[in-house]
Amino acid sequence: MLHVKDVSITFNEGTPDEKKALQRINLELKEGDFVTVIGSNGAGKSTLMNIISGNLVPDVGEVIIAEKNVTSLPEFKRSAYIGRVFQDPMAGTAPSMTIEENLAMAYSRIRKRNLKPGVTKLRKAEFKEHLKTLNLGLEDRLNAKVGLLSGGERQALSLLMATFTNPNILLLDEHTAALDPSRAALITKLTKDVVAEHGLTTLMVTHNMQQALDLGNRLIMMDKGQIILDIHGEKKQNLTIEDLLKEFQRIRGEQFESDRAVLG
Amino acid sequence: MALSLFGAVESGIIYAIMALGVYLTFRVLDFPDLTVDGSFVTGAGVAAVSIVSGVPPVLATIFAIIAGFIAGCITGLLHTKGKINALLSGILMMIALYSINLRIMDKPTVSLSSEETLFSQLRGIWPEGIDSFLNNLWNSIGLGRAPATWIIVAFMIVVALAIKFLTDYFLKTEVGLALRATGDNKRMIRSLSANTDNLIILGVGISNAMVALSGALIAQIGGFADVQMGIGMIVIGLASVIIGEALFGKKTIAIATIAVIGGAIVYRIVVTLALRVEFLETGDMKLITAFIVIVALVAPKVLQGQREKKRRLQKRAALVELKEEA
Repeated sequence: MLHVKDVSITFNEGTPDEKKALQRINLELKEGDFVTVIGSNGAGKSTLMNIISGNLVPDVGEVIIAEKNVTSLPEFKRSAYIGRVFQDPMAGTAPSMTIEENLAMAYSRIRKRNLKPGVTKLRKAEFKEHLKTLNLGLEDRLNAKVGLLSGGERQALSLLMATFTNPNILLLDEHTAALDPSRAALITKLTKDVVAEHGLTTLMVTHNMQQALDLGNRLIMMDKGQIILDIHGEKKQNLTIEDLLKEFQRIRGEQFESDRAVLG
Repeated sequence: MALSLFGAVESGIIYAIMALGVYLTFRVLDFPDLTVDGSFVTGAGVAAVSIVSGVPPVLATIFAIIAGFIAGCITGLLHTKGKINALLSGILMMIALYSINLRIMDKPTVSLSSEETLFSQLRGIWPEGIDSFLNNLWNSIGLGRAPATWIIVAFMIVVALAIKFLTDYFLKTEVGLALRATGDNKRMIRSLSANTDNLIILGVGISNAMVALSGALIAQIGGFADVQMGIGMIVIGLASVIIGEALFGKKTIAIATIAVIGGAIVYRIVVTLALRVEFLETGDMKLITAFIVIVALVAPKVLQGQREKKRRLQKRAALVELKEEA
């Protein structure tokens, strides 16, 4: 479903700030794969996300989604295949517009926008059904401006907007990192449910190792622009944080420097 | 007095269409577009020149709308494809249009006084009875000298409301929603497969089409187009938007657009009243405008601050009382 082929990208090439953000990354996701991505700051996780979403263009390599080479497609065209939830709860919704209007915009992600009303009676009923699955009472607040919602509610709405049109790929970019523990747990649970329900092919970046272990059928660890660990299937189910840290030390031969990763 | 207020309402509603255009860029797209000063004249000039050369007034007005749309699209292109700062691309287009307008008109002023215009056509079909009926009403409540004609006000109310309802509808369509989101959260709407560059170009184009329409109508009411007539238009538009929001709110799109029309009228009334103050002269108009905008921007915040203060004082007083009782 998603194939990242030999992708490399270097920032600020030829200057003292040169950074090889991704070095010959190869990653293939089968339909229905749910892959969690961990790694310390600067490992290249976000760069990988941005290359898949079309925010960045790789120096070399290809991105193939649903058998289509999308490497040179700009972000807004590629979005037809991709549902995305950002880390910042403010990023995924339009604050001065209402809940139903936001959902209507997400509805148009896979269609050409036209001059018919975005919110119709029929769609309203559909939005309500979808909002009910969140269990946050948002189905009764269709006309509320999204700017009035809490961070957790907004992130739940973003998740719904990214998924209810069944994208080929779902990208989750540390989407629970900015929330308090109870809200984060709620969003994690919603993520699990929605991915299972639609069988979405998902790539999730996280700083939280426990979350990376709990979710998904495959885990990859990145460091210095490379994928250094790729665990799937049964082995992934039995994995512990301890194992991960040991693996990392064995491969890199150094202490896992990120306190944040350990504490997560 | 009543007559000059009538005149204020009349010119307020005439400029309301221009103000709606400014609302579209300034508020909806969050794009401070200064093309307005130029595209207003483009609209007036294209309409005037077309009418003089024998084009029917309705068609001439449509030409003006198209010309304004193109001017706006170029500003949008400069900003999105040329990556020029929004303010600067508007300013560049504004000064470029000054020369273009001179070329279109071929002289600084084009007179329409002996030509058939939309309004002279309307006057032909306007039943005299309406004017005399309304003027009788006017006289019976003792308002003094009655206005010469009600045609302009009546027609402009219809046009302004039609534009308002069209705008309301458009901003609720799928494209309209994406346009609003472009002004609200670009990153988000790009991730929902909308081409924000094209939306900005479209939005600035529509806005300037409205401004040009306003210019074309004003040229036909006033009987001339002048290359200088656009100076300060953007400030009048902004004043209308800001006054309207301060007085009538902006809770929904429908309220915000009617507020802009209301703001345009209130602005004219305030200017008219200010000019009646003996100390002020006609040349002070721009200063008065600047002052009105500043008041409309600052006053709501000051008022809200005072309300908050009062609320807190009440809460504290209530708490003291509660303690004393206990």
